[in-house]
Amino acid sequence: MAKKASSSSRATDGPRLVWTRKDLLGLDDLGPEEIVHILDTAESFKEVSTRSIKKVPLLRGKVVALLFFEASTRTRMSFELAASRLSADTVQFTSSGSSVAKGETTLDTVRNIEAMGVDIFVIRHHQSGACHMLSRNVKASIVNAGDGQHEHPTQALLDIFTIRQRLKRVEGLKVAIVGDIAHSRVARSNILGLKKLGAEVVVVGPPTLVPATIEKMGCTISHNLDDVLGHVDVINMLRIQFERLGGNLFPSIREYSRLYGMNAQRLEQCKPNVLIMHPGPINRGVEITSEVADGPNSCILQQVTNGLAIRMAVLYLVSQV
Amino acid sequence: MNDILIRNGRVIDPASGLDECADVAIAKGRISRVGKAQAKAKHVIDAHGLVVCPGLIDLHVHCREPGHEEEETIATASAAAVAGGFTTILAMPNTHPPQDNETSIHYVLQRAREAALARVLPVGCITKGQEGKNLAELGLMTQAGAVAFTDDGLGVASASLMQRALQYSGMLSMPLMQHCQDPDLMTGVMNSGAVAVRLGLGGIAASGEQIMLRRDLELVERTGGHYHVQHVSSAGSVELLRQARQKGLDVSAEATPHHLLLTEAACSTYDPNYKMNPPLRSAADVDALRQGVLDGTIDCLATDHAPHSKEEKELEFALAPFGIIGLDCAVGLYAKALIETQLMDWPLMIARMTTGPAKVICNSKPELGRLTVGGIADVTIIDPQADWTVDVSAFASRARNCPYDGWRLPARAVVTIVDGQVKHSLLT
Repeated sequence: MAKKASSSSRATDGPRLVWTRKDLLGLDDLGPEEIVHILDTAESFKEVSTRSIKKVPLLRGKVVALLFFEASTRTRMSFELAASRLSADTVQFTSSGSSVAKGETTLDTVRNIEAMGVDIFVIRHHQSGACHMLSRNVKASIVNAGDGQHEHPTQALLDIFTIRQRLKRVEGLKVAIVGDIAHSRVARSNILGLKKLGAEVVVVGPPTLVPATIEKMGCTISHNLDDVLGHVDVINMLRIQFERLGGNLFPSIREYSRLYGMNAQRLEQCKPNVLIMHPGPINRGVEITSEVADGPNSCILQQVTNGLAIRMAVLYLVSQV
Repeated sequence: MNDILIRNGRVIDPASGLDECADVAIAKGRISRVGKAQAKAKHVIDAHGLVVCPGLIDLHVHCREPGHEEEETIATASAAAVAGGFTTILAMPNTHPPQDNETSIHYVLQRAREAALARVLPVGCITKGQEGKNLAELGLMTQAGAVAFTDDGLGVASASLMQRALQYSGMLSMPLMQHCQDPDLMTGVMNSGAVAVRLGLGGIAASGEQIMLRRDLELVERTGGHYHVQHVSSAGSVELLRQARQKGLDVSAEATPHHLLLTEAACSTYDPNYKMNPPLRSAADVDALRQGVLDGTIDCLATDHAPHSKEEKELEFALAPFGIIGLDCAVGLYAKALIETQLMDWPLMIARMTTGPAKVICNSKPELGRLTVGGIADVTIIDPQADWTVDVSAFASRARNCPYDGWRLPARAVVTIVDGQVKHSLLT
């Protein structure tokens, strides 16, 4: 097969893509070459984290506001570290104890913080489309750090980056995403990004957690995890959200774990080099057992490490527009 | 001598089947002549090239008064109505407090008299406080001047309560209007389907509308009474209504401009001006609704004019309220959906805005929706070739939540005459 513009090699030969986007709202908007450009840019930032002085002056004098209207540990810390390694100043915000608790609208909150002179907003919000609404109304860059059940673009970028790193390619791979697809922004961004780079995606879960029309996004559906295990190169296990139990979306954690949990027996049915991923936080023993999560096929901590480079790349790129 | 003479217009009166170039004369608030008249008048309107028809009726308007006067008032809704060619509007009862008793009906009529623009007819709640638990005083509200009943915004969830309401409104010869949506299936903010899934927004499936409609049709078959379906949105509902009509049930139905023009794809940018209840659905649903309007399964056009403040429509999609305004530009929107598409000509479209809605309220208001000599002089003049651009900032409505800003529309109401008085005119 002729060598295509390989996503695993740095795109240093040929004309570099000129980044034109002020915002990163989702992977839905991006072309494949833009996604590869972010991955390649992240590649060059990876090395910064290995230095004894982990800092470059690319965003010196810029202000990055981290507005997490919804709780987050790793994404917020990852963005914060990414911003500080680029020498940006950061301001923080959590919605409890802020004026949001007093009834201020999201738009007013962001407009007020923008008035203090912010260059980039990193937004996590419980409402789908919140970043789109903000990008229409503020001048600063908006980076989506997860909006409701819509997209989580940097998570998908770091997942794809990790796949590329471990399996040396993305195109032609078969990727299973398992779990609560209906409510997962990680699933949506992964489906979009992986499809754009030429991978095949199958989503796995019961029909109450996997809407039939998700096929319109270019993936296929399976309700039986055991059917797909032997055919895929990557398995991305989503966290099951216990709060969904009340909505009768599945009968019990116990049953879910038996039908859709990843364990050692299931791992044996997989290809030997299958890559096991999880966006975290993990419910050990529910969607994934410890021996799989901590085993050689797992890349869960590598995902977290790579997240930093991806977020440095994204902050850097949007700041250049 | 006549007060007004409208000369040389294309006079369309669906009630009598009239469609010819003629004059319409008005004296003392009544139609004094329809036809070729060598009559004299104080005020002559040259309607050459224009359509002259009975005053348009909108069965579905949210005036927001009392309770949300910052969004709209009976006076500003009336102004928007006459600016859009409507001489009669029905005021929905989901106000604060809800219009669920005779005093609140009197209040609407009083405010409408003070505004003195359009004929504003109050609709009462089916249930007290619009809570879906106990019947409101339908009889007393009828005596006070209510012309229909609905819990619009919510469907009546209880089948037994709906049955009683149908029996009671049947006794009063009053129409019962239903917002068909099973509350148990109201699980989202836009149409259920691929677009909602991609956007990560909760879906509202058409089955939620159809299940309640199916149930109600079963009840109507048993109880009789006039049943009117508000803002039909799905192909499945159109088919259910078609079957009900074939059975001879006394049902009527309305379609809105947005359900005849827009699809769920418009939600892709999370703009809350495309957030409606019932939601915008698929292109196939739009086609089925247009066919329903054509064959008379849907016999009324109604705007569901729903004013909201700017700040409310600046919220996140899921948090923003449902609804858009439509009175000011409705004629152009309907013409774009039904005439520009060559689906029908003006007489049929005008029938859906005059005789259709007039029939729904004919027991309380028998004179409306027709050009009869001696009848009430409610007349609308339409420029069928206006080719104008919508400027939402120029609307008479107090609200601005409207997705049609900048749209070019093929037609426009240019003169509105209510009770023989010109309430709106774009003619010099």
